[in-house]
Amino acid sequence: MKRIAAALVILAIAVAAVFFWLTAPNPLPVDILAGMDEGDAMAGERIFNAGGCNSCHGGKDPAADTLPMLGGGLALKTPFGTFHAPNISPDPDTGIGKWSGADFANAMMRGVSPSGQHYYPAFPFTSYARMKPGDVADLWAYIKTLPAVARANVPHELSFPFSVRRGLGLWKLLYLSPDPVVAIDETDEKLVRGRYLVEGPGHCGECHTPRSLIGGLDKARWLGGGPAPEGDGKIPNITPDASGIGSWSAEDIAYSMESGFTPEFDSLGGSMADVQRNIARLTAEDRQAIAAYLKAAPPVASSR
Amino acid sequence: MHKLILGMAAAMFLTTGVANADAISDRKAAMKSNGGAIGTLVKMVKGEMDYDPAAALAAFTTIREDMEGFEDLFPEDSMTGDTTASPKIWEDMEGFKAAVAKVEADLDAAIAAAPQDKAAFMPVFQQVAGNCQACHETYRIKK
Ligand code: HEC
Ligand code: HEC
Ligand code: HEC
Repeated sequence: MKRIAAALVILAIAVAAVFFWLTAPNPLPVDILAGMDEGDAMAGERIFNAGGCNSCHGGKDPAADTLPMLGGGLALKTPFGTFHAPNISPDPDTGIGKWSGADFANAMMRGVSPSGQHYYPAFPFTSYARMKPGDVADLWAYIKTLPAVARANVPHELSFPFSVRRGLGLWKLLYLSPDPVVAIDETDEKLVRGRYLVEGPGHCGECHTPRSLIGGLDKARWLGGGPAPEGDGKIPNITPDASGIGSWSAEDIAYSMESGFTPEFDSLGGSMADVQRNIARLTAEDRQAIAAYLKAAPPVASSR
Repeated sequence: MHKLILGMAAAMFLTTGVANADAISDRKAAMKSNGGAIGTLVKMVKGEMDYDPAAALAAFTTIREDMEGFEDLFPEDSMTGDTTASPKIWEDMEGFKAAVAKVEADLDAAIAAAPQDKAAFMPVFQQVAGNCQACHETYRIKK
């Protein structure tokens, strides 16, 4: 009897150790972190638009002539609880003004905070993990030029077990990978650029791909649409299937991203309106690259 | 005979209170017509069609007519059914009416301006077209 108890204790310790080991945050290698404070702020503005940071961390579409105010605040209602986007303005006390470039890169590409905690994937680092380190450095340089906003963060409202950050380590083992999702002709520069924008900074898959019960993206149904991850409504299928946007030409897709009008002259509404306005600030080549990639992605039939 | 069946079907709809299908189809028809008119204007914007002042004026006029009384096509019993109208319309009817009034004012200005060349047309078009997404962003939801 004593032996069994002892064995159980040892087993419990072993399980805890394995859990701890498996869920330990995994920061970026030093060589990647080294260049993080030497970005180009001008180039970073484009990454900022592609990444849609303002949609969650800023106010509602500020006019083009005012600088983004990244005080945070947007409440994201999900099946796991409500997340409140934090202050990422350069304010040293309530924002991220005291961070180093390395802190920023670990947050963006590994979902790890400066104190070594896991972030929740409501922050789409699962896509940002595919970004080029140089682009992350440029983005950091740009964010540092934005106005400091003094606004204290609001704690998330999550129920157990989702309230325990450590458990996210396991989730990340399942769902965090910097590898591209769609196999394409790697010599086709336009497609490679489009894939980068869609799967990386643009994080289109975070909304347009259905999720598993524990909130991971179902890559077999990549961009296949489904119920909205937050709030009500449905997110459309944007694969080239007939039940998706198979009838849209690449030119139609690029124009919709530029103007907000679909080929039926309906307009891109809901949360896509903000995404579209950001993508409209990129170059025409970038929009054509996104369109080429969406035409080349594997078709997925909508589940009804 | 057809009319009778339609009438009966409509009566059934109304008595079961499922949804006010008439209002829904009327407002969708108005919006489809808006889409067609904007389509003509976009062709001119993109240069797929030469700028034609008369055609532009006709398109602005069509949209203006479609928007007339649009806010009255949202009775309480038309919230559900085959519609992409967001419940926000009923929660914030004042805001919705203001959005309708805004596009109407922009259209009145466009019709009064009657732009004669493409340079004059572009800003007028942007002003009108911005209303489509602005209203859809807030008051519509894809289901
Ligand atoms: C879909 C909404 C969303 C978008 C888009 C988004 N974020 Fe966030 N972000 C969040 C949420 C929610 C958190 C909080 C995560 C947590 O507490 O675990 C967060 C956290 C962060 C943090 C950590 C802040 C802190 O105080 O620890 C940084 C840095 C950050 N985001 C930067 C960015 C940047 C840069 C972009 C654009 C490239 C971006 N985010 C886009 C929702 C978003
Ligand atoms: C924040 C969530 C979100 C993100 C991120 C997002 N989308 Fe969307 N998208 C939507 C929603 C919601 C709609 C439906 C829009 C509507 O109701 O009019 C939509 C619609 C679309 C449509 C029109 C589909 C149709 O059948 O009408 C296209 C094309 C599209 N998105 C492409 C993209 C691309 C490309 C990206 C990445 C750059 C992207 N989306 C990122 C939420 C998102
Ligand atoms: C004041 C608000 C408002 C404005 C302005 C507006 N719309 Fe709409 N639109 C709606 C609503 C609400 C619906 C959903 C109707 C429904 O499904 O019941 C809609 C639906 C649509 C549809 C889909 C119709 C269908 O068949 O389901 C199209 C196309 C459309 N709008 C085009 C436009 C265009 C083009 C403009 C700009 C000229 C525009 N709308 C301006 C409120 C507006």
